[in-house]
Amino acid sequence: MTDANFDKFKTCAVEVLQVDESAVVPEARFADDLDADSLDLVELVMALEESFDITVDENELEGVETIGQAYELVTSKL
Amino acid sequence: MFIGEIDGRPIGGHRVVITGVGAVSACGSGATALFEGLLSGSFTDDRSVPDFDPERYFGAKEVRRVDRFAQLTVAAAVEAFEDSGIEVDDPDRSGSIFGTGIGGMTTLTAQTAVLAEKGPKRVTPFLAPMMMPNAGGAQVAMRYGLRGPAETITTACAAGTHAIGYAAHLVASGRVSVALTGGGESIFDPVAFAGFGNMTALSSTGKSMPFDVARDGFVMAEGAGALVIESLDHAVARGARIYAEILGAASTADAFHITAPREDGSGARRCMELAIADADLTIADVGHINAHGTSTPLNDLAESKAIVSLFGDDAPPVTSAKGVTGHSLGGAGALEAVASVLTIDRGIIPPTIGLEHLDPAIKLDVVQGEPRKLEQAVVLSNSFGFGGHNGCLVIGRHL
Repeated sequence: MTDANFDKFKTCAVEVLQVDESAVVPEARFADDLDADSLDLVELVMALEESFDITVDENELEGVETIGQAYELVTSKL
Repeated sequence: MFIGEIDGRPIGGHRVVITGVGAVSACGSGATALFEGLLSGSFTDDRSVPDFDPERYFGAKEVRRVDRFAQLTVAAAVEAFEDSGIEVDDPDRSGSIFGTGIGGMTTLTAQTAVLAEKGPKRVTPFLAPMMMPNAGGAQVAMRYGLRGPAETITTACAAGTHAIGYAAHLVASGRVSVALTGGGESIFDPVAFAGFGNMTALSSTGKSMPFDVARDGFVMAEGAGALVIESLDHAVARGARIYAEILGAASTADAFHITAPREDGSGARRCMELAIADADLTIADVGHINAHGTSTPLNDLAESKAIVSLFGDDAPPVTSAKGVTGHSLGGAGALEAVASVLTIDRGIIPPTIGLEHLDPAIKLDVVQGEPRKLEQAVVLSNSFGFGGHNGCLVIGRHL
């Protein structure tokens, strides 16, 4: 995943979660690997909505536990 | 200090000592910077805390989620905690009692702008934990695992003093053996300046000149002060350095007007009287008054009348720190408590910077120009807030 969209996604994650760029990989789990709680996720989604000009409903986030799943959700809306 | 009375007889409590001090103010970071600034008259023009680095206290993610008023509160608390050398040996009997006048107002106005520009879906989910006035004290409790009472007092400009008085009584009563206490404020926000400005509370010239005949309002400041207080037994058992003792504290209300003090200062007088009684002292024991002295026409005159009505013509020397620090609202009483502690520790009273020509209507011995020797190591520290809230502390050398 080296495309421009993932770079954009990564920028949001680094900014909101304040993690190192190298930690933002598809298999990274929000809670365990990125120390992100539910409010962190809300803030990340807000940043992604803005950056990608999309809308994500709260119920769509159910079951989203990894960077890869979140990225898939975002790209499915482009 | 007393913890109550039965059949009219006051019941004494534990003695309460101060073993750590911390401050961030217009004089810089640190209690020493505060006191040196008070002595030399050095401060930032806008009364902001210079070179404040929140990343010394918070991780990068946290910095964005803690309002500056709470960051300043934590900075003062960390200094006091480290200064005291204390370890939290009994979390359930350790408290965090802080004051703020307003809380996270700058967060609220910033998010109000986000709402207007981008709509409700862009308002931060951290709005509530950032703007709530108890955020500062809660951060302190979390940081050190203080699991006793963690409460925040909001009585405008008397909040810092009330918080310390309440915390001291918690120690005196035995509910806690240790408390971190103080207050903090930061509302450098155009809405705040506009509101305070339109009520003509702020100085039009930007000069803080307490008790001066030309004073025309206060100068808004940010800042925070903190103390570690503990029961004397606890402090002695761990071999702590004792700066001073909180001998008494009191709280009264004017019950008169939402912003103006009673002109005769009777509410303030009663508060001073009760604090001195709580200390089991008389007016003759008080060696110095650290005044509220905001530099507003109404406060300084009413406060001077209150002091004269209680002490008569030979009131002890008075000083106001606000000529230097400006007025940090809920942080002010805490900063002035730190200043009072260091006044006792060093035996010198800082002058009232900004005062050039004493208002002839103010019949007080205001320390002016040069610092003065503290003759009797008992300091009365006053704070008065919008709402008619009066708070007084009596702090003395530990004997």
